[in-house]
Amino acid sequence: MPKILAVDDSVSMRNMVSFTLRGAGHEVHEAPDGNAALAAARQERFDLVLADVNMPGMDGISLTRELRALPAFAGVPILILTTESDVDKKKEGKAAGATGWLVKPFDPDQLLATVARVAG
Amino acid sequence: MSTVDLRQFHQTFFEESLEGLDAMEQALLALENGAGDSELVHTIFRAAHSIKGGAATFGFSDLAAFTHVLESLLDELRGGRRAADAETIELLLQSVDCMRGMLARSRDGGAVADAASESLRERFAAMLGKPVAGSAAGEAGPGLSADGWRIRFRPLPHLLRTGNDPLRIFRELAGHGALVVKQVQPLQQPRPAFAELDPTAAALGWELELHGDIPRSRVEGAFEWVDGDCELDIQLLRDRRAPRPSPDTAAPAAVREPAAHEAGSIRVSIAKVDALINMVGELVITQSMLGDIGEHFSVDRLARLREGLAQLDRTTRELQESVMRIRMLPIGAVFNRFPRMVRDLEHRLGKRVKLELRGESTEVDKTVLEKIGDPLVHLVRNAVDHGLETPAERVAAGKPEVGTLRMDARHEGGNVVVEVVDDGAGLRRGPIIAKAMQRGLVRADQRLDDQELAELIFQPGFSTNAEATDVSGRGVGMDVVRRNVNDLGGSVSVRSREGGGCTFTIVLPLTLAIIEGLVTAVGAERYIVPLIAVVESLQVPAQGVRHVAGGGELFHFRDGWLPLVRLHAVFGCSDAVTAIEQGIVIVVEAGARRVGVLVDSLVGQHQTVIKSLESHYRRVEGISGATIASDGSVALIVDIGGIVRLAGRRKAA
Repeated sequence: MPKILAVDDSVSMRNMVSFTLRGAGHEVHEAPDGNAALAAARQERFDLVLADVNMPGMDGISLTRELRALPAFAGVPILILTTESDVDKKKEGKAAGATGWLVKPFDPDQLLATVARVAG
Repeated sequence: MSTVDLRQFHQTFFEESLEGLDAMEQALLALENGAGDSELVHTIFRAAHSIKGGAATFGFSDLAAFTHVLESLLDELRGGRRAADAETIELLLQSVDCMRGMLARSRDGGAVADAASESLRERFAAMLGKPVAGSAAGEAGPGLSADGWRIRFRPLPHLLRTGNDPLRIFRELAGHGALVVKQVQPLQQPRPAFAELDPTAAALGWELELHGDIPRSRVEGAFEWVDGDCELDIQLLRDRRAPRPSPDTAAPAAVREPAAHEAGSIRVSIAKVDALINMVGELVITQSMLGDIGEHFSVDRLARLREGLAQLDRTTRELQESVMRIRMLPIGAVFNRFPRMVRDLEHRLGKRVKLELRGESTEVDKTVLEKIGDPLVHLVRNAVDHGLETPAERVAAGKPEVGTLRMDARHEGGNVVVEVVDDGAGLRRGPIIAKAMQRGLVRADQRLDDQELAELIFQPGFSTNAEATDVSGRGVGMDVVRRNVNDLGGSVSVRSREGGGCTFTIVLPLTLAIIEGLVTAVGAERYIVPLIAVVESLQVPAQGVRHVAGGGELFHFRDGWLPLVRLHAVFGCSDAVTAIEQGIVIVVEAGARRVGVLVDSLVGQHQTVIKSLESHYRRVEGISGATIASDGSVALIVDIGGIVRLAGRRKAA
């Protein structure tokens, strides 16, 4: 089963994501911000990264850029979680190397459908 | 969210608008199919109406203006004041595509109206000003059906690095309808060697067909994340004019297209058609093999993928050759008229001529074949009339009583060379110079070499025969032959030995030609040497070169010495290798002459599609054409005949 890294500063969000994905059988690792996520990514490989855009410290866009610079993450899907169809963030994320995006608020079904597009 | 931001409603607006457009499109297609349901018209009207309302509310004024005109038109349709004829439906379908574009641009925040939307809006406005009286409603287009989408998808090399995967996109598409892979093409031409393949760079492009009643937004949705990372073209699969060709009559587009532009027709031997069908069959097999690999791809199938791609490469090349061969006909069709003609000339002129035909099977483009006849007739008439002597004269000159006239056709590099050779008297220097002086073309004290003498006969109206004959006539001379040949993009030249005969050489381009080329590097430039002209390539040590008077160079080759042509010097390339022992000398042959051409290095062998330099730029001596390399740069094709002549001229100088 794919190993997923979920990055979000909001605990409730992270819980929701982890709960949903674990329920679907995925292995989920969590990180509260970009720096922690980057540290984890340097330790082990993941099949998918879900990163919130707005985070303290290193935001999701910067995290995406940093991850893409790691050789091990060359083709690994990275999805950014944006809010309210923020077109600019989608573009920014894409320019940083994100695979795609998921627009908040999303329900568990949308999350699973989006994850299924890139992993599994 | 503490403040109410109107933008939070935009997404909903875009979504509901796109849905409305999908509904509108489906209704229009149903209408065109002949469904006369008034509910369809209402559906269309409602969709446009909602978009107009939303666009106005959220400040998308261009879109609001567009839908306003559209709505007025639809209102006439709804009220029965306008017929839903084929033209109107076509325009409305175009307006759907147009509004999708406007919505996308509204979403991206750019300029919303574009040339297409403005011209459509003006057209609608014009229609409203002059409503067309209800024409026969039964005219609605025949057999229009929306049965899917044709998708041309060419990833940019970096696509895979974004974490997106074409196979996942295809899987998503396959979830919406029946997905058929029509074509898989390597993105790079020529395909990079296997060892050079970058696994993180996209290497293949696809042509897909997605069958089923699927809204465009669904198809576009699957490609949403790769917008900007690929070339994408999504076209509605529908055939509004002719019934779909049945599979066994469907010709590949590459064949159908030139045929459609062709005014005339062409008779093609069954063997060629069979070869073509055979190649298409091979292509289909290769395609299904690749499709299968693509569907169940894993890394351990790379070897099979490679094998399949090699097969595709081979088949594509053979198919291309088969297709080109269709236009190529043996020159024998033209040569065949000459035995009879020469026989008639013999009788009328009291001469004895033995005609030899060679290279009749040499294939030339149909256009060339049709136009080369007249110049050849002219040359043959001239040769028998002016060139060959009477039997008595020949015997007196110590020659066989029967003269020989030889016609020879062959491929030389990217050209077709046709020669007309006689063993007659050759150009008669005295009369030609006298005539030229009379016409003020040369001065009495001028010394002309054979080449300059030969050039004179191509002057307009130049004829030295004392009496005009009814065979060659007078006044219409070699200038017409030269003009005709030039019109075909070719050249004509003559070599003459006084008392020994004339050789007329016509060099014609092979239109549509593809040659095998040796790619060479000279400085930063790439030059392509036609492989057919290459004898061998070698490294020449510095001591193997001899300098001759006049600045020429010779190099030792086998048991003799050949002129050396430095390509960098001919074309003025900077940063090229100038020390002969550091470069490569390619021995090339044109006619019966050989020269060595110095280049920096050999890059590889490449199938080269010849593009005319003359039609895009101008004629350049030593260059026969250009080609576009896979990286988009232009490489020039070396004209070996020209290079050999150049070497000869320098030696003579």
